[in-house]
Amino acid sequence: MSEQAINKDSISIALVGKGGAGVLTAGAILLTAAARCGRYGLLIPAVGPQIRGGESAALLRLGKTPINCLDDHFDVLLGINWQHAERFRTDIPLTADSLVVTDPSAGDVPEFITATGVRIHELEMQALSATVTGGRPNMVALGYVARLAGIPDSALLQAIEKKLAQKGPDSIKASIDCVRLGWDQAASVTAVEIEAVNGTADERWLISGNHAAGLGALRGGIKFAAAYPITPATEILEWLAPRLHDAGGTLVQAEDELASINMAIGASYGGIPSLTATSGPGLSLMIEGLGLAVGAEIPLVVINVMRGGPSTGIPTKPEQSDFNAAVYGLHGDAPHIVVAASSVADCAYTTQWAVHLAEATQAPVIVLSDQFIGQAIAVVDPIANIKFLTQRKLATAIDENFQRYALTADGISPMPLPGMPGGQYTADGLEHTTGATPSGLVDDHVAQLDKRARKIEAFDYGQHWAEIEGDGELAVLTWGSTTNTVREAIGRLANDLKAKIKLISLRLLLPAQPDKMAEALEGVQRLIVIEQNHSGQLYHFLRSWYDLPGDVASIHRPGPSVFRPGEIAAKLRDWSDQ
Amino acid sequence: MSTPAPCKLKASDYKSKTKPVWCPGCGDYHVLLSFAKAAAQLQLRPEEIAVISGIGCSSRIPAYLNCYGFHGIHGRALPLATGVKVARPDLTVICAGGDGDGFSIGGNHLLHACRRNIDITYVVMDNEVYGMTKGQPSPTTAPDWDSKIAPGGTGVSPFHPLVIALASGANFVARAFSGDPNGTTKILVDAIEHPGFSFVQILSPCVTFRPDQREWKNQVHPSPVTPTTDASQAARRVMTDDGFNIGVLYKGDRDPYRQTVGRNIRIERNIDEEFQL
Repeated sequence: MSEQAINKDSISIALVGKGGAGVLTAGAILLTAAARCGRYGLLIPAVGPQIRGGESAALLRLGKTPINCLDDHFDVLLGINWQHAERFRTDIPLTADSLVVTDPSAGDVPEFITATGVRIHELEMQALSATVTGGRPNMVALGYVARLAGIPDSALLQAIEKKLAQKGPDSIKASIDCVRLGWDQAASVTAVEIEAVNGTADERWLISGNHAAGLGALRGGIKFAAAYPITPATEILEWLAPRLHDAGGTLVQAEDELASINMAIGASYGGIPSLTATSGPGLSLMIEGLGLAVGAEIPLVVINVMRGGPSTGIPTKPEQSDFNAAVYGLHGDAPHIVVAASSVADCAYTTQWAVHLAEATQAPVIVLSDQFIGQAIAVVDPIANIKFLTQRKLATAIDENFQRYALTADGISPMPLPGMPGGQYTADGLEHTTGATPSGLVDDHVAQLDKRARKIEAFDYGQHWAEIEGDGELAVLTWGSTTNTVREAIGRLANDLKAKIKLISLRLLLPAQPDKMAEALEGVQRLIVIEQNHSGQLYHFLRSWYDLPGDVASIHRPGPSVFRPGEIAAKLRDWSDQ
Repeated sequence: MSTPAPCKLKASDYKSKTKPVWCPGCGDYHVLLSFAKAAAQLQLRPEEIAVISGIGCSSRIPAYLNCYGFHGIHGRALPLATGVKVARPDLTVICAGGDGDGFSIGGNHLLHACRRNIDITYVVMDNEVYGMTKGQPSPTTAPDWDSKIAPGGTGVSPFHPLVIALASGANFVARAFSGDPNGTTKILVDAIEHPGFSFVQILSPCVTFRPDQREWKNQVHPSPVTPTTDASQAARRVMTDDGFNIGVLYKGDRDPYRQTVGRNIRIERNIDEEFQL
């Protein structure tokens, strides 16, 4: 039987089912198997608000090159059952070429799916799994889709054995038997023509953005974390807790975010590199604490994994809408640093850099990640450990004239740590003299404001401030997880457009880097800013801080759906034609 | 490494040169003195003490001591102190503040600090009023106390900090009176030495907004009973007393919060390996 096939570099597969159907387990095994045979890939777990028994989906994209964003459509949608599948309508775009796999016992395929004219295949997941003692439908599904994706069965079996090792030999055997049944059913089906692979990639890593952020924190030297659980940042905390412990540090679960940021400030005042992690509502609660870290000059890292806002918003979906809160949220003139991670792997690099910046400048650094890269699991090349020379400038020679907030050329004043004789001072959120005595005098206020601004503005951020790719008279300026989608869109247009497009992705959002930006924009005639929020937050920031080319456009729309490369490519095509 | 024998430290060695902002006659002067005397009695090195506070009149105390200090934000003294102590278990950590800071805006942290039982001493200078904002009722103010913001009184029952501390798991609970510096010194020494979370309510009159509190010196009296290790008995005692019993009420034996920062036990983990296939 021959099916219409499309040659592609990647295949996108969505598995849906009600909670407990095991689609996330099947998805994780499929990703691991793909990685084992040399493919890259991305797994986006999508779940409803229910804790148990709701609907869930595993959104996968597997391919030959590193994958950091979803494709425009899914090539395969497999439903173990269809209850509540409707809520994934926007997460799983389909075309007439998409293949929908359904279990005849699960009832009709929902109308929103059939309306796209998809091809429908039947796979008796329930009935087939019932022939195996301890068998489960999700493993039948796994065998079927793995074959469609061109995954060799050897890689698949290895992945099953690893993933289910704790469940014992009976469970593994039942799973393998079910996988074989599904595999056999896919013999005559083609989803997309995908190059068969047989290689191995022992060097590859499987990592989520939140775990990568934790890795970056540990590499940067974080030894203390205090935090309050919040979706979608909790995985950072759960990952860090035992690892900090083993490294001679600790994680304290605080009673709320007001407490967690103040605990982190207290620990850092004591000389221990410290961190907290949260999401939008938690960041709002931490803002007063951030101001204290600015005023008292305490190094601190706050990771904010953005979700839909405002208020409780959409906790399980991404948005880039906390830019303003991170950049402008603090009261008073409060110089601080905001950096953004652009991919799953970059969560490690950017967080590690953030620890370095915080320690070096004695200031709070906010790391903006988002739900998409935070909770996505990606196959990546090993993430290099960039060993920044992270050193807090400590007070070494303390005499009776020692001044904690001395006015130095670079604005950074040597910091004594409790225990150092003669260095006693009271760190304070009150404005103070150079000697740390509270002061409401204009001279002291201006001198300290200048100093705190100077240390942030004058710091050498090097080449880490942005990722700049390609060149041309047209440029896209973006940040965070949107970068990957933009990169893929530009790649697709490479052979189509007359003009070339340069990509500038900002890692350093605050402070602004006007000189570096001027250099990056040299020769650029037209600029377009792309971000995932409703009001164009970065765009407005850029307009106030940077000299931009005369022609500046803005693409901004809110979550919860992430940008797709085709969507961006179409907009860039229109824009470049103007 | 040999260190020269240190001179014996005096109470005055713990005071800084900064002049307090407090009103003449404020009870907090005596708390400052009692603290300096307690530190001298324990012969703690000034640089090995961290005094952490929030916002309010009494929260100004760190700057008046020659110790490491942190004058943080309103209501967050306990989390700040928690971070310092967990990160630096070698330090003696004292948290200090007033009734508004500790019982109102920071009330939630009191519950959890008691429960967590970290080895810090929390001193609340209770004057039943917001002094720095010039005379508003606090959680310990009587319901009929007249003020501009609540004419005729709030009509709201006061909060009972010692009972709350007992119910939340504080490991040491005491009440002191600032006008009795020797008694307060003794209680502070006891509180600092007791493992786990020690809570000391110090009745410290505000002579400016609560001139009626000048009478406290005639109302306080030593507790007629010895400290108990039974929290329910302590709670019964304090709920039925006149509010002016001075002394240590409760000494528990709960294990303090487990400290892990700074331990020398390190488990070698190759973190990178976790992510390999």
